[in-house]
Amino acid sequence: MSMKAQLINNKQEILEQWLEEVENKELMHYSKTISEDLIGRTNNELIDTIFIALENETGANDELQQFAEKIVNLGWPIGYITEGMQVFRSVSIKTILEKNSDANKDYFLNVMDEVNQIVDPIKTYLINQYSTNWDNIVSLQKLALEELSAPLIPVMDDITVMPLVGTIDTDRAKLIMENLLSGIVKHRTDVVLIDITGVPVVDTMVAHHIIQAAEAVRLLGATCILVGIRPEIAQTIVNLGIDLSNFPTKSSLSKGFQTALQMTDKHIISSNKDGQNLEQIMEAIEKE
Amino acid sequence: MNETLSSVPIRKEWDIVGARQTGRNWAKDLGFGSVDQARIATAISELARNIYLYAKVGEINFERLDSVPSIGLKITARDQGPGIKEVSKVMKDGYSTSGGLGAGLPGVKRLMDEFDIESTDAGTVVTVIKWTRI
Repeated sequence: MSMKAQLINNKQEILEQWLEEVENKELMHYSKTISEDLIGRTNNELIDTIFIALENETGANDELQQFAEKIVNLGWPIGYITEGMQVFRSVSIKTILEKNSDANKDYFLNVMDEVNQIVDPIKTYLINQYSTNWDNIVSLQKLALEELSAPLIPVMDDITVMPLVGTIDTDRAKLIMENLLSGIVKHRTDVVLIDITGVPVVDTMVAHHIIQAAEAVRLLGATCILVGIRPEIAQTIVNLGIDLSNFPTKSSLSKGFQTALQMTDKHIISSNKDGQNLEQIMEAIEKE
Repeated sequence: MNETLSSVPIRKEWDIVGARQTGRNWAKDLGFGSVDQARIATAISELARNIYLYAKVGEINFERLDSVPSIGLKITARDQGPGIKEVSKVMKDGYSTSGGLGAGLPGVKRLMDEFDIESTDAGTVVTVIKWTRI
């Protein structure tokens, strides 16, 4: 009888033994907040999936894949899978050796070898699926982040706003520069407002990129206004000794917008005498 | 009394973000105001970027200094890179070998209360301390 058949024949025994021995050490180390009920159910599912993979001659890639996906979605560590498979390996070897009491050293080595050959492909497949799933999530998030990266919003003729939110790294700085310059040409912008309200830290590299972008904008014949400088950012810029005097800077988008209107000889004229509309527009911008 | 808080390895560009986030959180925990938090985060950003750009690999260490009457956050940036040949030049504004602004290290010195740099061809250690205001 092949080892695989022996394993399948002793399914119930291995199953019980496995459930008893698997301690979910990795999981406990990782988080103490997972309910025991969920761990129990997932353990049952893992051992079932392993047996489906054993019983199925062609392998059970779909089931394994689904299980790996589930573990990723639960946010459990990969150690949960490796630990489960290791316990399965040792339980399998023990069970087979117990059934064959006349086992000698050669037989023992043989069992080790064959069980490894049965268990390892399942383990490798599960781990690969786990990491593929994980990679997918990471690359999707990266894409989503890129879409948010550097939007250019034409507000009216000649005036465009680029709100920046989040950390600026080298890749993003390049993207900002490209979008900025191509957008200025496309929208025939005279004044572009770069809003850094959402940038958490302005260090020399970020400042350097902003200065370069402003310089490139100037070469295209447009003007760049840096807006959304928070008080603490202003202080760190001064401490760092960064010179931003080559282009106008304003504390808020609304102030910058007023300057932009002046620069392009534009006025917002209120249609009713109270001037409420103007205030509303300014308020709306302030909220941005 | 010194107490090591944590240590962040720098290997990728995104580790810089991780390091300064950690630093900002420690600064908040130790009771620094928002302006000092920004200063500390910016200084960490500069130090971590120097590691990433010039030494590729290194680490940022955070320590809590308990002293009377104020508490200090000590940040140590350590790498095994090629070292800085002319430390006095690097500490002058406007000196840069990478085409940057050249405000990094002198800027860090101004952002923090205490600053110390040791650089040999076996690596660089920059130690900075910020004290809470009483």
